[in-house]
Amino acid sequence: MPLVSSWRINPGKVIRRETLIGWIFVLPALLMYAVFVLVPFLLTFVYSFYRWTGVGAATWVGLKNYVTVFEVPDLLGTIINAFWLVVFFSFIPVGLGLVVASVIHRVATGRLGAVARTILFLPQVIPLVAAGIIWGWLLALPGLINQILRAIGLGAITRAWLGDFDWALPAVGLIGIWVLLGFCTVLLLTGMTKVDAALYESARIDGAGWFREFISITVPLLRYEIGVCLTVTVIAALAAFDIVYVSTAGGPGNATAVPGIQIYILAFTQRQIGLASALAVMLMILVVVVIVPIQWLTREVKQ
Amino acid sequence: MSVSRVELWSGRALLVALMAFTILPFISIFTTALHPSGTVPSGLEWPAEPQWSNFVEAFKVANMTTLLASSAFIVLAVVPVSLVISTMAGFAIGLLRIRGANVLLFLFVFGLTLPFPGIIIPIYFLERAIGIYNTRLAIVLPLIALYMPFAVFWMRAHFVNMPSEISEAARVDGATTWGLFWRIHVPLARAPLASLGILMSIWTWNQFLLALVLVEDPTQRTMAGALGAFQGHYATDIPLLCAGTILILLPTLVLFVLFQRQIITALLQGSIKG
Repeated sequence: MPLVSSWRINPGKVIRRETLIGWIFVLPALLMYAVFVLVPFLLTFVYSFYRWTGVGAATWVGLKNYVTVFEVPDLLGTIINAFWLVVFFSFIPVGLGLVVASVIHRVATGRLGAVARTILFLPQVIPLVAAGIIWGWLLALPGLINQILRAIGLGAITRAWLGDFDWALPAVGLIGIWVLLGFCTVLLLTGMTKVDAALYESARIDGAGWFREFISITVPLLRYEIGVCLTVTVIAALAAFDIVYVSTAGGPGNATAVPGIQIYILAFTQRQIGLASALAVMLMILVVVVIVPIQWLTREVKQ
Repeated sequence: MSVSRVELWSGRALLVALMAFTILPFISIFTTALHPSGTVPSGLEWPAEPQWSNFVEAFKVANMTTLLASSAFIVLAVVPVSLVISTMAGFAIGLLRIRGANVLLFLFVFGLTLPFPGIIIPIYFLERAIGIYNTRLAIVLPLIALYMPFAVFWMRAHFVNMPSEISEAARVDGATTWGLFWRIHVPLARAPLASLGILMSIWTWNQFLLALVLVEDPTQRTMAGALGAFQGHYATDIPLLCAGTILILLPTLVLFVLFQRQIITALLQGSIKG
């Protein structure tokens, strides 16, 4: 029966059938995603062209909301603050994480290394809100940080860190370091264990010290893992909300206001939906603009 | 091994210092929680008379029983539904030969870059319009949707690596697509499904922004959302705030200690694949 068999293996027909069934399989996920993510994504753009209080009629204002974001220092300042947070949430945890991971890899392969891994990872599983509350107390005037400073004779510099105009942003950054250091360390360590051990062995036989090994083997071969760490932590910094909301709510003044916080305040307490949406659009574009080069620079070279 | 003594000890010292940096905050809120309610102790100080009753007090004022039930409800509503629909989509995109698979994949992956604060405003108005604002569904539905980019991508990564012989053999035996999915491939995907389930449970339990914006009543929120409200009410009573925070942390910490290896692996794989 040549006719029937050629019908049965007709690839076009099979693919058409599988396409139909396949799309039915995708449909529930796609529908949820479209209604609660894609539509809101597009609506954010639409809202950003209007002046609207959330009730009643909206007025078309074109690009005026975007101009406002650039002209009002407090709004543009949130984006500058977000970049400062990148230093604390991203550069320091990734840099320090590389050092710590290579230290564990070299001198603490046994029990100490395993315990360090677990403990450093701990802040990653608790809610960021809890991290914010805990550090809100540690950084307060009677808190642990000032207690330690007094104990080592630095009583003169104690202050309410989160209420200080100059120190609030670095203090929030410290919370980010605490949360993200363990994540970066453990991720980079996993990458290191995948690197051929013979490479490290021969480096050591050649008498390479920690620094030499770090620069010539660890950093170049972990390019992909470093890229992942950077991507995750940069998004955590630019889109930061929970930690800042709980520890400072953007204050004092606007010292720690980041886009996430400002969007929340503009939209849900000041009812400036259009302006909030313009800032939201800029935040989303900012994330893409920063993430794409990181992905491109650190992508794994396919063999 | 040619590691010098200096390096050995300086390395260990660094590790111990960083472990202290990580763990001291937990110890500090623990000792603070044991001080008399309403007092302001210093950061690290064992109280003269530990007030264990603070935990009972915090349990009552934080409405812990209601909260645990509310969070559990939200997790149980979000995670199974997300697992089922993302696995179906991942299966279709990764394993079936369908037209438009690349477009679908791109559409979902695009969502990975979207920060929550970026799309929260329309979600709020959408939920007011369809009347689910200030109910648990207000958190459940958007969370399922927000997990789709990651979850679909994750399951697709599993299915795309399955050898095609498995599907072909099942087809020869006359399996329908649904049979192939449900009887053959879902049982084989237990490991990635378990990791994904753990991840989404933690993320849901810890979700704050959605709870804050979309649900006014703290007893309808997730644990993290309720903690935010608790902080608002008890910001001045530091021992009680610390006791409440510990209670809210406890379930996650216990889970972490029990399933440490799985959780670390899941979180790491999650970020690498994402």
